[in-house]
Amino acid sequence: MKATDPISTMDTAQIRADTTVVKALRKLRMPQTQRNRELALLLLAFVINGSALALVQLGALGEIQWTILIYVGALAALTLVLHIVLRFTAPQADPIVVPIATVLTGLGIAMIYRIDLYRGHEGWDALSTRQIAWSAIAMALAVTVVVLLRNYRVLFRYTYLTGLAGIVLLLLPVVPGLALQDAGAAVWVSIGGIFTFQPAEIAKICLAVFFAGYLVRTRESLLSTGHRFLGMTWPRAREIGPILVFWVLSLGIIVLQRDLGTGILVFGMFVAMIYTATGRTSWVLLGVGLAAAGVAIAAQLMPYVGARIAAWWHAFDPAMIEADRGSYQLVQGIFGLAQGGLIGTGLGQGRPYLTPLSQSDYILPSLGEELGLIGVFAILCLYLIFVSRGIRIGLTGQDDFGKLLATGLSFTIALQVFIMVGGVTRLIPLTGLTTPFLAAGGSSLVANWIIVALLLRVSDAVRTSPRAVIG
Amino acid sequence: MTRELRRLWIVVLAMFLALFAATSWIQVVRADELAANSANTRALYDSYQVQRGAIIAGGTAIASSVPSDDVYSFQRVYTDPEMWAPVTGYINPMLGSATGIEQAMNSVLSGTSGSQFLQRIEQIISGQKPRGSNVVLSLDPVVQRAAYDALGDLQGAVIAIEPATGRILAMVTSPSFDTNLLAQHDSGAVNAVYDQLEADPLHPLYNRAIGGNLNPPGSTFKLVVASAALASGKYTPQSTFPNPASWQLPQSTDFVHNASGGACGAGETVTLADALRYSCNIPMAMLAVELGDRAIREEAEKYGFNADFEIPLTVTPSTYPQALDDPQTALTGFGQGDVRATPLQMALVSAGIANDGVVMNPRMIDRVLGPNLLVQESFDDTEFGRALSTEDAETMTQMMVANVSNGAAAGARIDGIAVAGKTGTAENGPTDPYTLWFTGFAPAENPQVAVAVVLENGAGHGQQGGSDRYASPIGKAVMEAVLNR
Repeated sequence: MKATDPISTMDTAQIRADTTVVKALRKLRMPQTQRNRELALLLLAFVINGSALALVQLGALGEIQWTILIYVGALAALTLVLHIVLRFTAPQADPIVVPIATVLTGLGIAMIYRIDLYRGHEGWDALSTRQIAWSAIAMALAVTVVVLLRNYRVLFRYTYLTGLAGIVLLLLPVVPGLALQDAGAAVWVSIGGIFTFQPAEIAKICLAVFFAGYLVRTRESLLSTGHRFLGMTWPRAREIGPILVFWVLSLGIIVLQRDLGTGILVFGMFVAMIYTATGRTSWVLLGVGLAAAGVAIAAQLMPYVGARIAAWWHAFDPAMIEADRGSYQLVQGIFGLAQGGLIGTGLGQGRPYLTPLSQSDYILPSLGEELGLIGVFAILCLYLIFVSRGIRIGLTGQDDFGKLLATGLSFTIALQVFIMVGGVTRLIPLTGLTTPFLAAGGSSLVANWIIVALLLRVSDAVRTSPRAVIG
Repeated sequence: MTRELRRLWIVVLAMFLALFAATSWIQVVRADELAANSANTRALYDSYQVQRGAIIAGGTAIASSVPSDDVYSFQRVYTDPEMWAPVTGYINPMLGSATGIEQAMNSVLSGTSGSQFLQRIEQIISGQKPRGSNVVLSLDPVVQRAAYDALGDLQGAVIAIEPATGRILAMVTSPSFDTNLLAQHDSGAVNAVYDQLEADPLHPLYNRAIGGNLNPPGSTFKLVVASAALASGKYTPQSTFPNPASWQLPQSTDFVHNASGGACGAGETVTLADALRYSCNIPMAMLAVELGDRAIREEAEKYGFNADFEIPLTVTPSTYPQALDDPQTALTGFGQGDVRATPLQMALVSAGIANDGVVMNPRMIDRVLGPNLLVQESFDDTEFGRALSTEDAETMTQMMVANVSNGAAAGARIDGIAVAGKTGTAENGPTDPYTLWFTGFAPAENPQVAVAVVLENGAGHGQQGGSDRYASPIGKAVMEAVLNR
């Protein structure tokens, strides 16, 4: 019975056409589920940020002033621009990362503003004003990344170039003429003495791209060889090369730039990514061992590392509190947290300004004093969700490069939060990094919003592309 | 890669759990301990944030807290700071120190004492700002002013006490200091003031009325020796002693002289009453040896020597030394040797005699008023003990009245009032300036006030200054101020 054939062919075509129509219709009827979720969450974020600023003004000034509109409005407008751009260019991107980054940035601005109010800083002298300006720049760059980087896999092509860029950026602060002299750690670059920047923040993104690309390329060779020992497959000497290179690089950062935090961050990110790429626990053990050895060496060779560790271990020793390079800041931060207790003093009603660097390094104790343990938990949960979303994007990623990139970037955030919050709570010795999104500082804000943009791009690709067979 | 990512996420989770634990540990588990840490300025600022209660004398606040713009929220302000300095003391968060009533009554003034627990709860529930309670002093601004003006620039102290109650009416010391300068919140300025006061050789920070470098009481101590003689039952005012112009101390090559340089009056012998009236040293030294150091010490301790007083300021104990030999005992007969006394102690001697022989515990505080001005705590009159029988007290009074009306303390006479008194001129060393004393009470028949005046450095006249010339008029002025109230 041949008669049925044309009919069946026609049916298939018909069905195919119907499916297309249905798909188009569905797209029309349920447009942009992800973006609508994001919008709802963003509105919630604006309410949180607006309330925080209102409480700050009520607590510190006793009244609500019109300036609050600038603070709330500016951040909301900026975020909405990003949101609208996403609707057009990356509609399937993850809906949660932007609201979380917005809340954190807003809370940071609220606390920075609160301390500015106490110190009587206004206009361009106020760190909060600058923080808003930097937020604008950061979000503009995030929009640029989302718009220009239609396909993040392009980055894979420039693996080694970005790696080089990362290393150059890391070395910039020690270049004569660019280095900012008065800061403790040599992590600042000053252009003409006006524009200062911490290139390490951007460098960590470049290095994440480089690690992802490099590991995708070398994964096979890293995996295919090795010695069995202690029930684990250990890499051959030749494959140990790369980890040693980055170990030396991190040590270089610690020694040359006196920046323990960035050194640990870069190395930690590399170990996490190499483990994700190879699945070999031996890399982690090797990495942890090298890191421990590195810190031990640095503690011996570099007085500032030893001082940091001593200030951590003997923090409450009165002599240590008094000492130069002692534990005064650390202990003040802890007293602030303790003062906050479970529910906090209320925004604008504590004394976070007693802690030095309360707007930058010690922004979390500042928030903890006024928002209490509840507030700290909420902030930590936001970070945890942000990082979990990033790792989830890695899990669902289509290609190894995207997986590794998303993982590396989100793990950086997690590690940075751990190093900073652990540092100010005396869980680990304090090292100078920034608390992502919260702390006053443009470089960090720009870098973290670019990370947001990259995660958005990777997650959009995950949902738009057809499901890959090979995983 | 899925397995690795899940494991990595578990590592991230573990890191965050550690952070949850660390923040909980600080903010909840160890929060109280951290708040009590002496390096924790936040807890300190919190206590300064409480509006401290006022110190009140005669219905007006002499120390109060007014709102300030700095981190301490309130600024302590003192009225007539130099006059009240020995009473109020000062409190300063910058120096982290407090003295005087500010220190002794700190928990009440800052509202943190145990008896104010319900008050604090009420304040929390009603949403009121926490406030401290007010301390009402027994001191009378009029008497205090009279004592302060009478003492003037002389180096010394004056204290006035109500014999029947032990209430202190005036406490003045000189040189004094400006408590407001020590209460300021500019750390550089306040430290400069403090360092300067500490370095001052005249020690303006000493409260000479109840402490400082104690002086020998000199002849005012003869009141204690005479009391011991009467209390022994072996002596009356008419008991007689030999009357030489000089007397060699037993077992010693040293001689005792009277202040006049000659004998005590014209007679072969001299009575106890005359010895006291003319303030002669030789008969009192003989009497002391006859009584023995033990009897004198016991009597002295009944008046409060060798005892601790918290009024509530801590009083430096006046001392009558232990285990003396005869020459040493002889010297104590006219308040030399190692006898040392505060003006408060000598005022207690007069007050005990005035109060029919009963010594009342001295105190500076009448009441504690809550922030709502209701009485929270009242202080009662308490007896320290009986130093003399009523009869002996009456005898002592008569001898002291004679001392003023017709004796060595004539400078304290008040027209129409029977004043009881005793002067003292104590030696501090062969060439050192004398310490000049007066103690007494008035009116003799119905005593309302007992005073003691000490003038150090010979009132600026070395060994030429006479106690009746400089100290008695000050005592008189203070007693008049009380009687004219």
